[in-house]
Amino acid sequence: MFIIKNKKIFLSISAVLVLCSVALLFIFPLKIGIDFKGGALTEVVYTSSRPAQADLDNVFKTLDLGSVLIQPTGELGYIVKSLDLNEAQHSLLLKTLSENGKSPLEEKDFNSIGPSVGRELTRKAIIAIILVSLAIILFIAFAFRKISRPVSSWKYGLMAVVSLLHDVIIPIGLFTLLSHFYGAEVDTLFVVAALTILGLSVSDTIVIFDRIRENLRNANKEIFSETVGKSLNQSYMRSVFTSLTVIIVLLSLFFFGPESTKYFALMLTAGMFFGTYSSIFLASPLLVLIEELQNKSK
Amino acid sequence: MLKKIIYILIILILGSAVAFFVFKSEPKLNPNFEAENSFFKNSQFRLGLDLSGGSHLIYKADVSGVPGGEVSASMDALRDVIERRVNLFGVSEPIVQVQNSGFVSGEDEKLIVDLPGVTDVEKATAMIGQTPLLEFKIEAPEGTPQEVTIDKDGKVVLDVESQFVSTELTGRYLKKAILEFDQTTREPKVSLQFDDTGTKLFAQITKDNIGKMVAIYLDGAPISTPVVREEIPNGQAVISGSFTPSEGKLLVGRLNSGALPVPITLLSRQTIGATLGSNAVTAGVKAAIIGFLIIALFLILWYRLPGLIAVIALCIYIAIILALFKLLPVTLTAAGIAGFIISIGIAVDANILIFERLKEELHSGHTISDAVSAGFHRAWSSIRDSNISTIISAVILFWFGTSLIKGFALTLGMGVLVSMFSAIVISKVFLSGATFIGENKVARFLFSSGSSK
Repeated sequence: MFIIKNKKIFLSISAVLVLCSVALLFIFPLKIGIDFKGGALTEVVYTSSRPAQADLDNVFKTLDLGSVLIQPTGELGYIVKSLDLNEAQHSLLLKTLSENGKSPLEEKDFNSIGPSVGRELTRKAIIAIILVSLAIILFIAFAFRKISRPVSSWKYGLMAVVSLLHDVIIPIGLFTLLSHFYGAEVDTLFVVAALTILGLSVSDTIVIFDRIRENLRNANKEIFSETVGKSLNQSYMRSVFTSLTVIIVLLSLFFFGPESTKYFALMLTAGMFFGTYSSIFLASPLLVLIEELQNKSK
Repeated sequence: MLKKIIYILIILILGSAVAFFVFKSEPKLNPNFEAENSFFKNSQFRLGLDLSGGSHLIYKADVSGVPGGEVSASMDALRDVIERRVNLFGVSEPIVQVQNSGFVSGEDEKLIVDLPGVTDVEKATAMIGQTPLLEFKIEAPEGTPQEVTIDKDGKVVLDVESQFVSTELTGRYLKKAILEFDQTTREPKVSLQFDDTGTKLFAQITKDNIGKMVAIYLDGAPISTPVVREEIPNGQAVISGSFTPSEGKLLVGRLNSGALPVPITLLSRQTIGATLGSNAVTAGVKAAIIGFLIIALFLILWYRLPGLIAVIALCIYIAIILALFKLLPVTLTAAGIAGFIISIGIAVDANILIFERLKEELHSGHTISDAVSAGFHRAWSSIRDSNISTIISAVILFWFGTSLIKGFALTLGMGVLVSMFSAIVISKVFLSGATFIGENKVARFLFSSGSSK
């Protein structure tokens, strides 16, 4: 099997991709959204014409609202980012934006999150990430518990987790680029996307491991690497197709779906793509590599 | 053979019935929607705030004054009061829920209020914030240091705050308030009737404080400080202050709609305009339809007859899941629609695993009907294991998520569960039924897939 023979090349490609993603994280730090750090986001659309941004900036400097960041959106709108606002501050903000009523506007979206709500969400996100990872390792170790030769079942779990990290880190690396060039921010959906990738990408790996499990039961004196190669050969097409159908709907969601889930869909697409890649080119070659290392040390 | 055809017919009829229900109960699809009976009318999709527009408010409740064991009871009382208050303003389907403190949710007791259709935050917070906080305080024991300030005229002013200490008796124990007029002076007064617990507390307070003042605080300020003459066992108190009849009437109205058992502060607010929401719905529906069509095309072109069966099974799956969204009901958010769309992609995964296995069995020389049953049997373990990991993620997300994430986790998790059923049961019945076309070359072509002949 081509992939098993050239496993070092594919393992290196994955390693390079992961390293690049980690490097990107350091070069372009992720922008944390107001979901986690608290703050307010106001989106307004003017009915006829929108006032010049510089004028508004100057007025806001004289007000006691902290730093106010104004970004144009669409033809007639502004998105205003600020610290979290109470009712009085919120109406002051709207009054200022409408230039005391001279430029009529409609408020499309207003979101003000106190710092304590942000902290709560951060804690929830961290607990959820830890729990999902643990639950999936345990599940894989359990599902493959009957296989112990030549590679013990917890190592399947470990390999699945290595490929899982790979599948999550690379989309996050891509997201740093989105964050840097298009202003995407780490919000609740970002965490949901990361956690969903954990669940979805491992299912591809399981399809192939399941085949290895079945073939090992029937394999008598076959070399382990051959069994893995055969299993890959038999199942990589279905692994690609099952991901393809999910990628189709995700791309449809990205191109035609609601604005609020665009980055979410894109990140999941990347996760599915690399999830399929890793289940074929990373998880199984790693299994073979481990078995070879075991043999050497004997 | 007859049995198989009957099974197919049953599934087709049930599937169509479900689809018919979804169609009938959707005003945009059914031109005669207004004339339908209430069952259909009440089964519309329930849209979350981000799709229907509205306000989402998170309050922090200050329970520092409540004894440990009663926190949860007073939070429930708080929820009831706010719910009544919101209902007074005629908001349709408001959601008021308590989020208790804990390891996961943080140390604050929170109250979450969703107001669909209310996009005026000022108005929304005002209608909740106006609720009065009624407290009864007693004189501080003698010897308590009292804060004295000297104002600019040189007069000594005793700080009222330090004169009184709080008691357990609050507006939480109020049964009702009535506006009355004094028989002799014609002055308006508000008489209060406590509930059972409140009556006991009030009796105790008056018994212990005969000859002393009891202060009645409203929204943190004393409005009346009568002197207790005797124990009052019947749970009736009177506030006679210097207010006009109309002020008295307003006070009674506010007290009756419920006094807040604990003070609250607004932590976070979110308001979504209605246009933003309806655009998101349209876009979500479009994405779902396009995604479905591409997948259907792929399945039929690549897997031929089994592919066609998978598309029928997928249609039934979509009908079932949409009906479940309506009947349970599931509150749909933008993330929830995304979860549903992703589940369409995942739903065919099980079919693909089965068909690939089927093709393999055909290649190794089995007959079509053997290959079909072996395909289902052998693919099951990988379908089960690969879906469980997705279900694990969905369950944990549901458990931890805020309402928007819960929507995603719920639709995705439900999607995976229902799709396992539709792939295993529905596809299997159809495929085994389809084996009647025999074992000839055409049949083998129809059951093969991809580029094979």
